[in-house]
Amino acid sequence: MNEVAASQAHVPGIEAIVIGASAGGVEALLSIFGNLPKGFGLPIIAVLHLPDERRSHLAEVFARRVSMPVVEARDKELIEPGTLYFAGPGYHLSVEHDRSLSLSQEDRVHHSRPAIDYLFESAADSYGKGLLAILLTGANQDGAQGLLHVQQHGGTTVVQDPAEARVAVMPRAALALHTPDHILTLSRIGDLLASLESSSC
Amino acid sequence: MDKSTDIELRLLIEAIYLKYSYDFRDYSGASVKRRVAHALRQFDCKTISALQERVLHDPTAFMQLLQFLTIPVSEMFRDPSHFLAIRQEVVPLLKTYPSIKIWIAGCSTGEEVYSMAILLREEGLLERTIIYATDINPSSLEKAKQGIFSLENVRAYTHNYQQAGGQRSFADYYTAAYDYAIFDKTLRENVTFADHSLATDSVFSETQLISCRNVLIYFNKKLQDRAFGLFHESLCHRGFLVLGSKETLDFSAYSKQFEPLVKQERIYRKL
Repeated sequence: MNEVAASQAHVPGIEAIVIGASAGGVEALLSIFGNLPKGFGLPIIAVLHLPDERRSHLAEVFARRVSMPVVEARDKELIEPGTLYFAGPGYHLSVEHDRSLSLSQEDRVHHSRPAIDYLFESAADSYGKGLLAILLTGANQDGAQGLLHVQQHGGTTVVQDPAEARVAVMPRAALALHTPDHILTLSRIGDLLASLESSSC
Repeated sequence: MDKSTDIELRLLIEAIYLKYSYDFRDYSGASVKRRVAHALRQFDCKTISALQERVLHDPTAFMQLLQFLTIPVSEMFRDPSHFLAIRQEVVPLLKTYPSIKIWIAGCSTGEEVYSMAILLREEGLLERTIIYATDINPSSLEKAKQGIFSLENVRAYTHNYQQAGGQRSFADYYTAAYDYAIFDKTLRENVTFADHSLATDSVFSETQLISCRNVLIYFNKKLQDRAFGLFHESLCHRGFLVLGSKETLDFSAYSKQFEPLVKQERIYRKL
């Protein structure tokens, strides 16, 4: 799990990627997704904490800068390969056993709806060891429990290097709860994703 | 270990159905699983099997569990632009009917019901409208009948009301008492509150408008289609179906039998 070993990280059998971020997350995600190879073949599902009121423009913002289809996740939508899904504001986003997406309005988790924990836990239940979960910069504890759940279900976990994270609270909270498979900088996370793609083709 | 949890969860849901006729079998699994996990902690049960034993032998415990299984998250004039669109696009057409029947399916604690009643009163339609407000949770229905909401929440609703095209002062509709807002009981004179399940019950009346908001997201596709089937059967020719802001007919078998009137606001008309 050190940086050198992780740079050669190779994770076979990944079927889906989930990513969670909070404060500082837009830049972090742009940095990762901006370098994805054309025709990236895996689904990516992202929760980025947002103020509830606003209509989310995340999908539009990213669609202009990412070389894969980017959409706001819709209820009961089947997860398509090579698509980047963002959770919209005000609803939790989950993955169902039939690999469709679902929305719900249960109470906030760590003051957040959507909650990273709910996405990670439900995706782990569905994808098991085929899941790669990545937790980035943020100022709260969301996602830590979710990463632990992913690991307990055989999935691969990655935490952004707290030294690099704009706000290190969220990565640190995750590290306090479990030992991830990798602690990586954003650029290494980008490399990891690119390597997944080449290995899956 | 986790496989066992999934088995236990299915058995619990089956037991609830067999014993109490509440059917959660086609609810979206991820959310049900979380809510049961939450209930386990509150009931101080170590396993779902232990919870199952309790609810099978103790109807009171089941009623407590039901409060976890249903999600009473609601607000008045939620998504104000939705209500503004109803006022501007639907009301003029509703006015052509001599009498109107409206079904608010999954009305929870009544916020949607009072919102609709206030809108109809301001448009001069409430007196010739019958509203059926249904839910599966008797406790929620009881609260809806009371029409008493926390004053703190009502302050937030006031903003929604204004944005939704409200024509008066929102305070005209309630009396403040301590920390509560007691809503004008004449608003519910034409409201019938009733126990009804979209999963197990059938259509009870012909209606001109059905509002079912933030209910269908908790159903899987099969159950969503059952609900859409009931709505289709209940609605009169060219009747209106209004959904929550994240709910859509797009993935449904019924998508061809409705047309969007205001797609962005999830307002549809039966074809």
